[in-house]
Amino acid sequence: MQKKVFVQGLILATVLIVPLLLNYMGHPFYLDLATRLCILAIAAVGLNLILGYGGMISFGHAAYLGLGAYAVGIPAHHWLYGGMDVIATTNGFVQFGLALLVSGIFALLTGLICLKVKGVYFIMITMAFAQMVYYLFISIAEYGGDDGLVIDTRSEFPLVNFDDATQLFTICAVSLFFVMWLVWRISKSQFGMVLAGIKGNEQRMIAMGYNTFAYKLAAYVISGMICGFSGALLGNFTTFISPEMIDWARSGELMFMVILGGVATTFGPLLGAITFIILEEVLSTITIYWHLPFGLLLIGVVMFVKGGLSALIPKAEDKE
Amino acid sequence: MTALLSVSQLNKFYGGVHASDDLNLEVQTGELHAVIGPNGAGKTTLISQLSGNVFPDSGTISFDGIDVTHMVEHARPHLGIARTYQITSLINSMSVIENLQLAIQAKQGHSFKFWKPSADNKDARTAAHEYAARVNLGSRADIQVANLSHGEQRRLEVAMALASDARLLLLDEPLAGLGPEEASEMITLLKTLKGQQTIVLIEHDMDAVFTLADRISVMVYGHIIATGDPNHIRQNQDVQHAYLGED
Repeated sequence: MQKKVFVQGLILATVLIVPLLLNYMGHPFYLDLATRLCILAIAAVGLNLILGYGGMISFGHAAYLGLGAYAVGIPAHHWLYGGMDVIATTNGFVQFGLALLVSGIFALLTGLICLKVKGVYFIMITMAFAQMVYYLFISIAEYGGDDGLVIDTRSEFPLVNFDDATQLFTICAVSLFFVMWLVWRISKSQFGMVLAGIKGNEQRMIAMGYNTFAYKLAAYVISGMICGFSGALLGNFTTFISPEMIDWARSGELMFMVILGGVATTFGPLLGAITFIILEEVLSTITIYWHLPFGLLLIGVVMFVKGGLSALIPKAEDKE
Repeated sequence: MTALLSVSQLNKFYGGVHASDDLNLEVQTGELHAVIGPNGAGKTTLISQLSGNVFPDSGTISFDGIDVTHMVEHARPHLGIARTYQITSLINSMSVIENLQLAIQAKQGHSFKFWKPSADNKDARTAAHEYAARVNLGSRADIQVANLSHGEQRRLEVAMALASDARLLLLDEPLAGLGPEEASEMITLLKTLKGQQTIVLIEHDMDAVFTLADRISVMVYGHIIATGDPNHIRQNQDVQHAYLGED
């Protein structure tokens, strides 16, 4: 037990402290990289709730990143250029609230349809909905169409300043830890147990008297909202949103992180995101075909490391 | 004696197969009612319609005076109908206790409890241990279901149905695939339930059926051709001709 806690603590401390140290020593680049890492890891944690714990393989979670980012960008855009007074603001609470609301509603509405089907059909429908969002934003000229939308002003919160890279990073890292804790808590809860039961044998759960559709939908909405939150942070980080963020390849990358790191684990999505960011950074400097070794790595891990990268963390002695 | 379950004029087609053919069945409160019949007679289809997994094309099913013909499957356990499966259907990734806890949790109201750890649900845990002990799985409580023997899994199947605190148990071939020793353990278990629970039992093991059942219905090609106590069924000409004599 001790060893497991130690390794996990070490991972979290490294994610938080090393980028800050490197930044302090004059390498702000690594702070940027770590900020992006934390934001993507939050989305991966969100996806893991349904993909890992719930066994619902969504291929459309980049849509929520996009919705979250546009929920920051569109109010900021109107605040600067006028129009749409109702949402024109740079207030962070409103923007983040909007991000959660919009992604939650989108998850609810699409979930009502997606969750009626299973397996490959579920994968295809989630992807189709994400592509609809993609083409929607491409078609809206006011928000830049496929050129994307520049966010001139970041979200404004009292006490913290998102324009300060160190503060933005710290917020992202702390948010990540919070979301990891949140999903861990949910997975251990009564709801989490039902979700695991549905993943294991949905028919039996129905026969026991569970309205499995409602439980899956709840998980789907929570998952979407976490990714929407991640998207709002991403918008603040990049200060530029383009529909490309919603492309199905981005959804694939999120799946990659979750599966590489280890599905249905607390640290899996984080480890997957770390590996993804590092490899992308290292490999893309060597070759433009960096996706190839990437794919090989995923195949290797899936075939030879049962339970993904997080299985390499020492196991706790006792289960509870 | 009142009928707890009453099925009338039930019809179900699968393509050209008439799986339930004007099927009538009455199950009295407290009785162990066996349904026997050759393979393909539509016994499991009957159970599936009673449990709500499949809806009939016509006819009615009423349970305790309530028409449940088209009630959704997940609502029926809350009314008091629980089933087991001919082919073992459990949550293999979980332990015996966790499986039972889920069955009990289902009766405790909704499980949209995102915060409270499931392990803190003491009532359900305690009850789960009691049900495990009742089917002689007390010492196997924390074993993962995938690692249980077939006989143990079959007993857990029954325990899951019991744990849902049902007024009507639909047992679909609980003896399927069991060796002689495991089978006799299951029969002992079913004997302890007899008289305390209303049970619809589907079974191929004739010795077991004639020992356990209060009444027997014989089903052939989706139609019930005779219903009566074991002696009555044993002497029925139609039954002998259609079913028992076939061996």
